Amino acid sequence: MSEQKTKVAEPRIDASADHSAPKANPLQSFLKGSGGRSLGLVIALVLLFVVGAITSGDRFLNPENMLTILRYASIIGVISIGVTFVITAGGIDLSVGSVMGLATVVATLTSVQLAATQSSWILMVLVALAVGAGAGLINGVVIAYGNVVAFIATLAMLVGARGLAELISGRSTQIVVNQDFLQVMRADFLGVPVLVWIFLLAAVAGWFLLNRTTFGRRTIAIGGNLEASRLAGIKVKRHLVYLYVLAGLAAGIAAVMMLGRTTAGTSTHGLLYELDAIAAVVVGGTLLIGGRGTIMGTVLGVLIFSTLTNVFIQNNLDTSVQALAKGVIIVVAVLLQQRFAASGKTRRAKTKPAKA
Amino acid sequence: MFEEDQPRPLLEVRGITKQFAGVQALKGVDLQVLPGEVHCVMGQNGAGKSTLIKTLSGVHQPDGGEIRWEGKEISIPGPTAALDLGIATMYQELDVVDGLSVAENIFLGHERASGGVLHVKKTNAIARTLLKRLGHGGLSPSTEVGTLSAANKQIVSMARALSRDTKLIIMDEPSAILDSGEVANLFRVVRELTAQGIAVVYISHRLEEIRQIGDRISVIKDGRSTASGLSVTDTSRAELIRLMTGRDVENVFPEGTPVPSDAPIVLKVDNLELAGHFEDVSFTVRAGEIVGLAGLVGSKRSEILETIYGARKASSGTVSVNGKVLRPGSVPAAVDAGIGLSPEERKSQGLILDEPIFKNVTLSTFERFARSGYLNEKAERNAAREQIAALELRPADPDRPARTLSGGNQQKILLARWLVHGTPVLLLDEPTRGVDVGARAEIYALIRKLATAGTAIIVVSSEIEEVLGLADNVLVIDDGTVITQTKASDLDEHGVLDLVMKGSAA
Repeated sequence: MSEQKTKVAEPRIDASADHSAPKANPLQSFLKGSGGRSLGLVIALVLLFVVGAITSGDRFLNPENMLTILRYASIIGVISIGVTFVITAGGIDLSVGSVMGLATVVATLTSVQLAATQSSWILMVLVALAVGAGAGLINGVVIAYGNVVAFIATLAMLVGARGLAELISGRSTQIVVNQDFLQVMRADFLGVPVLVWIFLLAAVAGWFLLNRTTFGRRTIAIGGNLEASRLAGIKVKRHLVYLYVLAGLAAGIAAVMMLGRTTAGTSTHGLLYELDAIAAVVVGGTLLIGGRGTIMGTVLGVLIFSTLTNVFIQNNLDTSVQALAKGVIIVVAVLLQQRFAASGKTRRAKTKPAKA
Repeated sequence: MFEEDQPRPLLEVRGITKQFAGVQALKGVDLQVLPGEVHCVMGQNGAGKSTLIKTLSGVHQPDGGEIRWEGKEISIPGPTAALDLGIATMYQELDVVDGLSVAENIFLGHERASGGVLHVKKTNAIARTLLKRLGHGGLSPSTEVGTLSAANKQIVSMARALSRDTKLIIMDEPSAILDSGEVANLFRVVRELTAQGIAVVYISHRLEEIRQIGDRISVIKDGRSTASGLSVTDTSRAELIRLMTGRDVENVFPEGTPVPSDAPIVLKVDNLELAGHFEDVSFTVRAGEIVGLAGLVGSKRSEILETIYGARKASSGTVSVNGKVLRPGSVPAAVDAGIGLSPEERKSQGLILDEPIFKNVTLSTFERFARSGYLNEKAERNAAREQIAALELRPADPDRPARTLSGGNQQKILLARWLVHGTPVLLLDEPTRGVDVGARAEIYALIRKLATAGTAIIVVSSEIEEVLGLADNVLVIDDGTVITQTKASDLDEHGVLDLVMKGSAA
């Protein structure tokens, strides 16, 4: 038996690990939490701005162009916020782009527009929201009660909703004739377009819902461990339905915004938006496997992509180059995310052996 | 028997040390393994058993000390080097590939092939021979491993070890994922191996098991050897516990006070049936009473518990709490009525590992703390803190992620969850699985304390001794039928086994 003298160290890894105490100063805990993760995204965004400013100068760095970036970000932004909830709960929604397209078509049908002219432009909004929420309800019921994998169920909706939109519209573009609607949607408030305000409101509401309410806690719990949540008495199936309805509703809101921006409804609206949304959510730091979600990250993710697009347009660069850059950003962001996740888990004894 | 003609040790480890980023995991461990022996390595969670294994299998390099193999000093620079020497390791998380066949798994990494083309027939034939050597000739080499039970996956893992010229197999808590019937089979296989001259290093913290299978024992505590090469037959249980924990553990099970016969019946189960699993289960639990469900694996103990809880939908019969009949198949209904479950698989069914302790504690009650949907994390944290103090949960930091806690403290989170909820009924499925010896006594004491405070408790465990030691009344279950219902003090482990055997024979 050896009696070697060695430096005293707690052998139990769980006892020696240090973790942020509740009383840690606010800045510290901010940096350790989601704020710290967002910091990386803010730096990336600032870098993009620097590149934009250097390559395009005043054409890039002026208030009008900033609003252009925001306006461009707003529609995909609202969709991404809805998708953030679904992904945080460990699900996926591939249908949001198609559902948005379908909602623009249904809301601009002649009959709907006629009724809206007779009553109020609000009717068009309600129809778009109802279409979005309805499609989400179907997704949710099929997934939660039909036990169909979310990927497949929403893939079916992606294809089906697009097909239905084409059928209804006859593949033609339906112009918005309701001037009240257009006036509201294209207005400015305090110098900022209504579309951007909607995005901002959706972000604030989304953040509150995810971080401060029982709805958000359920969402994170289900994403973190569905079985444990079920056995703790949480009504998991019902909540899953709510989540997909929420994502559909966000697509409905985006449809209203799209009608305002393009003044027309068509079955081609929202093509590939689901992928842009998922990219923004994942780049933002929400875990694809669920259990951790950040609205702030999603907003930053959306802004990074829209700024990138803007910088490329300002420099007359090919959209193909832009797509390539997007791909690189997604991979780099996910690699960094895994690094973060790994460093967060060193506490469970996965530390690399230190070289003596 | 070894003293007379001591053979040359196969493996000798002297004073190895290992440090990880500031944590001294091994501070001087000795181990001497003879050919053909079962050498048990014991120690509590965190004692350094896993680090020792990983050092021997080439995953980690020791910082100091020496390793001798068949008399020669060696270093094991990587897993392949260990395999080349003849050291195979069976980890707890079995490293088999579910999508491949039994034979493909056995020859994973050293496929029988020429020019990249696999010899399927030859591979299957050799695999069959290896499986026969392990007494499992019935296992088909072409079966997909994913369809096998954990026990059979272990057999595949051992056959893989045999497929190379292995002289030493390290088994890391192989029984942790098995039930008692399967453990008996595992022991048979281990004896087959040692009869062929292969040495086995058997890691475990289950004392009973080690008595059955081991030849000699080495004990590690806090990264240091506290005993090395003790004879199994000459070392008492109390001595082993002292070596592992550094303190004397007497009376592991707390003394219960008899439940007054006029104590109110809290939980009543009437003719409960889950088609294809169990039928006609009826019993009652009074306030302050602990009822144990004993039986072998496959006796459907857990299924009964899950059906009471509504996680499975009963095909007939009723469950009532304080006279109120529950809606079958609804967990929320059971929870609302006052039943709490601590599930069998703590990590996959009980906890959200990356969330802090307090959110895990309030997972069933956060809605109650919230005001019209707005969370009140401050109140949640306070409630969690209260339970942390009451249950002596360590570390006492409500913001610590559940993942970083030991098994015993994770179990306490689940108890705390239902204490915050205030459920009059607690269902505990394997409350000490993965909890080390020292912490077990503490969990037992807590469970008894809860009962004394008036909670009606049902305990299910694969360790019959635990059920008998903890419970006031016991239901012995065999193949989905209650065969006996009696006082725990009227039974002992052999008595239960006898009952079960008779039940099966009939």
